[in-house]
Amino acid sequence: MDSGEPRILALCCHYCAYAAADLAGSLRLQYPPNVRIIRLPCTGKVDIAYIMHAFEQGIDGVIVAGCLEGGCHFQEGNLRAKKRVGLAKEVLAEAGIEPERLEMFNLSSAQANTFAEIIEEMTERLKKLGPNPLRLALSDK
Amino acid sequence: MIVGHRKHIQEIKQMLAPHKRILVLGCGTCVTVCLAGGEREVGMIASALRIAYRLDKDEREIIEATIERQCENQFIEDAIDEIQNSDAVLSLACGAGVQAIAERFPTKPVYPGLDTKFIGILQEQGIWTEKCIACGKCIVGLYGAVCPLTRCSKGLLSGPCGYSRDGKCEVSPDVECGWQLIYNRLKDIGQLDRLLEPAPLTDWSKSHEGGCRKLIREDQRITLDVEAS
Repeated sequence: MDSGEPRILALCCHYCAYAAADLAGSLRLQYPPNVRIIRLPCTGKVDIAYIMHAFEQGIDGVIVAGCLEGGCHFQEGNLRAKKRVGLAKEVLAEAGIEPERLEMFNLSSAQANTFAEIIEEMTERLKKLGPNPLRLALSDK
Repeated sequence: MIVGHRKHIQEIKQMLAPHKRILVLGCGTCVTVCLAGGEREVGMIASALRIAYRLDKDEREIIEATIERQCENQFIEDAIDEIQNSDAVLSLACGAGVQAIAERFPTKPVYPGLDTKFIGILQEQGIWTEKCIACGKCIVGLYGAVCPLTRCSKGLLSGPCGYSRDGKCEVSPDVECGWQLIYNRLKDIGQLDRLLEPAPLTDWSKSHEGGCRKLIREDQRITLDVEAS
């Protein structure tokens, strides 16, 4: 990947976001190639440590993508994830990382277009923010 | 349980300013239960500190460990290497745990990563409420197991003040009137007649006003009575 491009980690739930990403591939939808996906059984599996470690390693942005609210296959995993993302944003801000680099999205497994739009939106957002300042600090070493 | 809440990362950074190799030490008991100082929180705070220091181009080492209980020497032994190999300890325990580590390692700087809030219970997921001020002379048996010193904002022992409205305290509409709770509870258990008895004098000599408290139970002490043998 071009080092000038933002690097995004997407933590996607198995049933919706990952399925939507899969469908986007089947439909040959085009979206920025800046994203690396990790499939989770549910966004309720998201631990703040995953997010913190990703930023610690210099990732530019993290997306947590789960089912539509009310549509979680594990009832409320996505709602729990939403709160954890909120806390992670708070702690990241205290540590000096722009909280806008982290975002939670909700989509159904049929919303392949939405998945592509999410990646485009985050890519644009991260281009405006510039690289993760930690990535620069790491590369200066 | 003792309830704590994490300090702001910037406040922690200020405390840790003189030190290079820092151990973030979690406690596996109360503060794990109230999601403030367990292994996960250690990971989160340590990660946030590493990020903050690297952004400052500050070469510091943050290490992590969590022990079962910081307030007991026996458990502190489990982290002895990590503590000895660090320049300072950021303890994510309650105030007792922080001080226990400091007493065990007299020359080691130890700092609190949490604000210890109170003795309380989990009211519902995400909400903890204070139930006990550790006054040292428990009288809740006289009040239907509702503590007037804690639950009444004024700590009144002889009935409510004149500002209780619809079961709420004048301090805030979010605060329940402790005396309303006492009345309801005594009514429910058929002991309303207890309120006819004059309230006992509070023995504040048992509380913190008498200085640092100590509890000694000879039956639990491991000392040999030489004279008796």
